[in-house]
Amino acid sequence: MRDAFVRALMREAKNNPRLVLITGDLGFGVLKPFWEQFPSQFINAGIAEQSMVSMAAGLARTGRTVLVYSIGNFPTLRCLEQIRNDCCYHEADVKIVCVGGGLVYGSLGMSHHATEDMAVMRALPGMRVFTPGDPAEVEAVVPEMLRTPGTCYLRLGRGGEKCVHESPIPDYHAPQALVLREGTDTALISGGGILTQTWEAAAILEKAGVSCGVVSLPCLKPLDTDTLMTMAQRLRHIFTVEEHTVIGGVGGAVCEAVAECGIPVQVHRIGMPDTYATLVGTQAYLRAQYGISAERIAQRVMQTLHG
Amino acid sequence: MEYKEGMSYTEYTHLSFAPSVPDAMDPRVMAWLIRRHGLEMTHLSRGSHIGSIFSVAEIMAVLYTRILRVRPDDPAWPERDRLILSKGHAGAAVYAALAERGFFPVETLRTHYQNGSHLSGHVSHRGVPGIEFSTGSLGHGLGVGVGTALGLRMDGLSSHTVVVMGDGECDEGAVWEACLQGHQYALDRLVAVVDHNHMQSLDFCENTLALEPLDDKFRDFGWFVQRVDGHDVDALENALRIAYAHQGTPSVIIADTVKGKGVSFMENDILWHYRTPQGEEYEAALRELEAQRP
Repeated sequence: MRDAFVRALMREAKNNPRLVLITGDLGFGVLKPFWEQFPSQFINAGIAEQSMVSMAAGLARTGRTVLVYSIGNFPTLRCLEQIRNDCCYHEADVKIVCVGGGLVYGSLGMSHHATEDMAVMRALPGMRVFTPGDPAEVEAVVPEMLRTPGTCYLRLGRGGEKCVHESPIPDYHAPQALVLREGTDTALISGGGILTQTWEAAAILEKAGVSCGVVSLPCLKPLDTDTLMTMAQRLRHIFTVEEHTVIGGVGGAVCEAVAECGIPVQVHRIGMPDTYATLVGTQAYLRAQYGISAERIAQRVMQTLHG
Repeated sequence: MEYKEGMSYTEYTHLSFAPSVPDAMDPRVMAWLIRRHGLEMTHLSRGSHIGSIFSVAEIMAVLYTRILRVRPDDPAWPERDRLILSKGHAGAAVYAALAERGFFPVETLRTHYQNGSHLSGHVSHRGVPGIEFSTGSLGHGLGVGVGTALGLRMDGLSSHTVVVMGDGECDEGAVWEACLQGHQYALDRLVAVVDHNHMQSLDFCENTLALEPLDDKFRDFGWFVQRVDGHDVDALENALRIAYAHQGTPSVIIADTVKGKGVSFMENDILWHYRTPQGEEYEAALRELEAQRP
């Protein structure tokens, strides 16, 4: 996803000299093509996230679109107040980009796990939250995000994910939810890089005789409630899937929307429980341990539907 | 030419004349007006922070009468200088200066803190012409100033960015992050002014987190440092002009001030970081200020 991001960004930077990318001293091997091709549009702010975000707001106030790039919680939690006061309150054209949403940096430990970021970013007034599920969605979302005025958060996974979408997504407009497959028994609603596991889980369920739809949310805030409610009103159970705690992220957003629509559907939130990952292991290992591997997702759906 | 302490602007720059004066008002008059408005505003609103409003009065006065290139009739003029008040709690001082410079009617100052007003206690840009940036949480302004100065330089503009900070604010780590960045990017049109009133929220700075030697700290970060009496308008003007002319690194002026300056019983008393002037105390403060009317 991060490579898709850089590719999409470079296409935009070519046409927009007022686009600036700031990194918090991260992106080795990823951002190199950008800084080589657009040296005057690139700044390394050093390991100083708070002033990096203030700086981004200041730059944006001179009429620029400014992207701030870092990993894990560094571009969000470390500088949350700068995002709130300096960016969101000023409607500054700053795009916060996080690589490593979820458990991507598995073995590096909990400091590097971004498992509350969607909830926190979603809570900020004026913030739009983009949570693409695969590289194709990243390429579709980046130009849309850059067209969107004001402060945005872009949550990326890692590098080298498989594409779930078989072809590029034409003409994406936020907050459109993308229906990847229809199902008559239930549906999985996925936000972020966990889409690969969600997609595989649906295949497992299909083999087990459960007709399961899959919806990806490249944009979590605002939420495409129309698409979700149209689908949900035909179903008795829907499942949200996220690589994030079950509080305030994809599950939280969908529950809020469903509760206000008066549709008699039960929402089941699949994600990290309200905890930090204390186990050590790869992203795949931790996903399995915390119930968000394809197999564990499918199991949870089967148990819920069939007891 | 190398800067030596006590040098005048003309000596430093070899120029035989100073740049044109942007406003005819004497900075002493402006400083008095800021205090007079500040007293009235905190009295009417039962608001706090009068000590900081009074310590920063001459700094704001010199900036808005002698230094900043701004257009009251065109607040968004692209080539204007940018002033960011990082110590947002002294917002009344900027509101007063802007009103006196004609950015909005002076009568508006009476709405400070009031329901439905735009003039919040901590400075906000929403609906207030001339306010560049909203602050209130300390340690944000210098980083914003770094980004602003970078952007203006990218646009080839000669505009300066001035960030007025508090000394207690220098406890914040983000200030020093921004110091590293300002120096790294050689932002010589970035000027910081520290309103060094030597007091913070609960006590004197030196009893809290000792800052001295503050000038050496900035110098070690690669900034061009001047230290002046922050109530001496001529010294402030001279230092600001030198900072504007200085090339190669960002500048900081450590302006030594007195918290509560101008009203005897408020000076150097931490109580007046919070206390609102009412009743006898308001009357006494008013008498003292009126006796100083220029």
